[in-house]
Amino acid sequence: MNLTKELEIQKAEIRGYAEGYNLDFYETIFEMVEFDELNEVASYGGFPTRYPHWRFGMEYEELSKGYSYGLQKIYELVINNDPCYAYLMKCNNLVDQKLVMAHVYGHSDFFKNNLWFSHTNRKMIDQMANHGTRIRRFVEKYGEETVEDFIEVCLSLENLIDPHLPHIKRKAENSKVNGKQTEDSENISPLRLKSPKAYLDSFINPEEFLEEQKQLSKERKLEKRKRNPEEPQRDILQFLLEYAPLERWQSDILSIIRDEAYYFSPQGQTKIMNEGWATYWHSTIMTRKCLTDAELIDYADHHSGTLMTGSGRLNPYKLGVELFRDIEDRWNKGKFGKEYEECEDWQVKANWNKNLGLGLAKIFEVRKLYNDLMFIDAFLTQEFCRENNLFVYEFNDRTDYYEISDRDFQVVKQKLLFSLTNFGQPAIYVEDANYFNRGELYLKQRHEGVDLKMQEARDTLANLFKVWTRPVHLETVVDEVKTLMTFDGLEHSEIEIDQ
Amino acid sequence: MVKKIDKDHARFRQIVRGKVKKNLRKYITQGELIGKQGKELVSIPVPQIRLPHFRYSSKKAGGVGQGKGDVGTPIGRGDGGEIPGVGDAPGQHILEVDVSLEELAEMLAEELELPNIEAKGKKNITSDKNKYTGISQVGPESLRHFKRTYKQALKRQLISATYNPLDPIIIPVREDRRYRSWKVTSKPESNAVIIYMMDVSGSMGDEQKEIVRIESFWIDTWLNYQYKNIETRYIIHDAIAREVDKETFYHTRESGGTIISSAYKAANKMIDEFYNPNEWNIYLFHFSDGDNWGEIDTDECVMLLKEKLLPKINLFCYGQVESPYGSGQFIRDLEDFLLDEENIVLSEIPDKDGIYDSIKEFLGKGR
Repeated sequence: MNLTKELEIQKAEIRGYAEGYNLDFYETIFEMVEFDELNEVASYGGFPTRYPHWRFGMEYEELSKGYSYGLQKIYELVINNDPCYAYLMKCNNLVDQKLVMAHVYGHSDFFKNNLWFSHTNRKMIDQMANHGTRIRRFVEKYGEETVEDFIEVCLSLENLIDPHLPHIKRKAENSKVNGKQTEDSENISPLRLKSPKAYLDSFINPEEFLEEQKQLSKERKLEKRKRNPEEPQRDILQFLLEYAPLERWQSDILSIIRDEAYYFSPQGQTKIMNEGWATYWHSTIMTRKCLTDAELIDYADHHSGTLMTGSGRLNPYKLGVELFRDIEDRWNKGKFGKEYEECEDWQVKANWNKNLGLGLAKIFEVRKLYNDLMFIDAFLTQEFCRENNLFVYEFNDRTDYYEISDRDFQVVKQKLLFSLTNFGQPAIYVEDANYFNRGELYLKQRHEGVDLKMQEARDTLANLFKVWTRPVHLETVVDEVKTLMTFDGLEHSEIEIDQ
Repeated sequence: MVKKIDKDHARFRQIVRGKVKKNLRKYITQGELIGKQGKELVSIPVPQIRLPHFRYSSKKAGGVGQGKGDVGTPIGRGDGGEIPGVGDAPGQHILEVDVSLEELAEMLAEELELPNIEAKGKKNITSDKNKYTGISQVGPESLRHFKRTYKQALKRQLISATYNPLDPIIIPVREDRRYRSWKVTSKPESNAVIIYMMDVSGSMGDEQKEIVRIESFWIDTWLNYQYKNIETRYIIHDAIAREVDKETFYHTRESGGTIISSAYKAANKMIDEFYNPNEWNIYLFHFSDGDNWGEIDTDECVMLLKEKLLPKINLFCYGQVESPYGSGQFIRDLEDFLLDEENIVLSEIPDKDGIYDSIKEFLGKGR
């Protein structure tokens, strides 16, 4: 910690306000850095000790260029860790530093309390340093390019994880105890049709029928056991770790990439809420408590810059904070529940106020239990959509422009929810690791109406091949035609499949 | 202090360089870099450096935005540019990387195996230059360095414990003041001038001019890398020659006949007037479709080159651009008469793909 005396005083003050509002955060450590150091840390995703790779260099090039041309500036950088680390840019003026500190306490509270972060590693800074050391050791042993190339392959597959996995206890884990008997037991209970009366049973389920069913389910079970995986698996990285022919160092790298992907996953799942929450608290703390008269203009300028919605883009800070305020307002006034929903007089609805005062409690509850998808699903109302001018845009082939295509509430909500499901990533499962009985890997995209980017998909398949070392397939849909994309190590092919 | 990111950043630049070098032939022939040239930097679009993922095609996905406007209002262009949706998915535009012209010239040299130019063994001219390089404790008030002075005062007050963070008033005293100071350096300079000549007669079409434009861009890049101080002059000619500016040079189209000697005369006059061959490295580039008007004029051209121009200059390059109208006779005539001169290069450029080899021929001499 290297705060100056003034900032130390401000920090203590802001911390006091935050605690006064019942924010519950990890101990937060602020570091003062120059802009280029901040760019450096940001390029490493917040972890200065991360493993070496040129993609961070690429990130850095973009950030420094954006900064030096005055196009973008990083406001704040917080790391989900216990203690929580945050960076302050040295050249910012005092009011900016105060705003950022208040904002950071909001994030820190969110990290600590939101359910979706509950499985993340809170000692990630140490863990990342560890990863860095391991990868550096591999670089020394196997050569820079070899390791770099393999990291690239892994990174290209990094989104093939199951974002809900950390919250599910899979049978694989708890079947270790009792799973054995069920697998070994031969007495498979056959399918019996339900008989309305006991005496009818021998007619409805005659001996031959039962025998036949028994045979069938046995076969099915055998069939299933032959299949790998038994059920389609979403966590493809885990699957590759278990079954792909990798060397020790390779599987170590793949597992590192997987760990980091899971660590960053909740931040993608709660972008709107997290930024909204932090913005809510910095504006509350600043405007009600610690802003001096002289700082007002600078604060307003900076704050409105954060909430700007330029050129029709959706700003997660803006959307988040407006939704939190809307929720607070609705629960304060009792604008929820059956009675309110069913009221058809818009004037009554608009002036609805039961003075319940539940707003604050409600938003704390929301920040604990929800992620972006649920947040939008539960709280995006027609009124909100209209007031905030939300719209849906689509690409118009004829004009080569993205155009506003709809302002209907249902359509907007649908689209927004879709773009948040699995953070707008396609859902891809491993279906079969022994396709054609030739050890080929068969993936399937659960197609939800939007096609993949073909060229990238081909390149990604080629990377997948490098890990699996046998031909790889991806079942997807292209222009409403079911298509099987294949890469056999030499060339790509796409064939239509029927059914 | 060396930052950790520097290593990754250097590695990234190295990869970019590799990609650019690999695609150099494409960049050279397509000329797409010309529009992207700044004063010292060129931005080069580098495809396929982002890591591929399975992801949705954005054109089909669409998204949600916020703002005013009726249905049908356009909000962004579709060409490669992408609108980041919720969750700030990074835009997937093609990455543009800035490469300095110097670096580009180096790549060109490595790729085309160009030798460095040996400047003519003439006395170098030196020039004096003032540069603010240091800080001194005395100086005129107009050169006071405010920031350094402030820092000095702040340091002094911190050390002497007279600094109060709650009332941070800094008062510099005489000893705190710092002033800018300068040094005079003399720089050796070798001067060079490029004189471009182009046939703008009716038979030179747009495509031919485009070839000339691309080729001269690369010649400029290379010679700028070799000489610190370079001047460029442009002459166009059909039946008569005149000097023009760069813009006109590439865009004029006339319809007269072709008398090449007029251009050579103009160039000769220009050299005599402005560029003393003892002080200047002179480069002549002439582009034409080779359809000179009459043998008498060709003879005169040969005579002009042999007696007037070639003795004065470093290099004469003649690039013959193929055109459907020209006979292309001129290059053969030059070949016949001037084969034994050593500072002349003749090159035929059949189409855009020919640019690459032609540059190699022109600049491969190291003169």
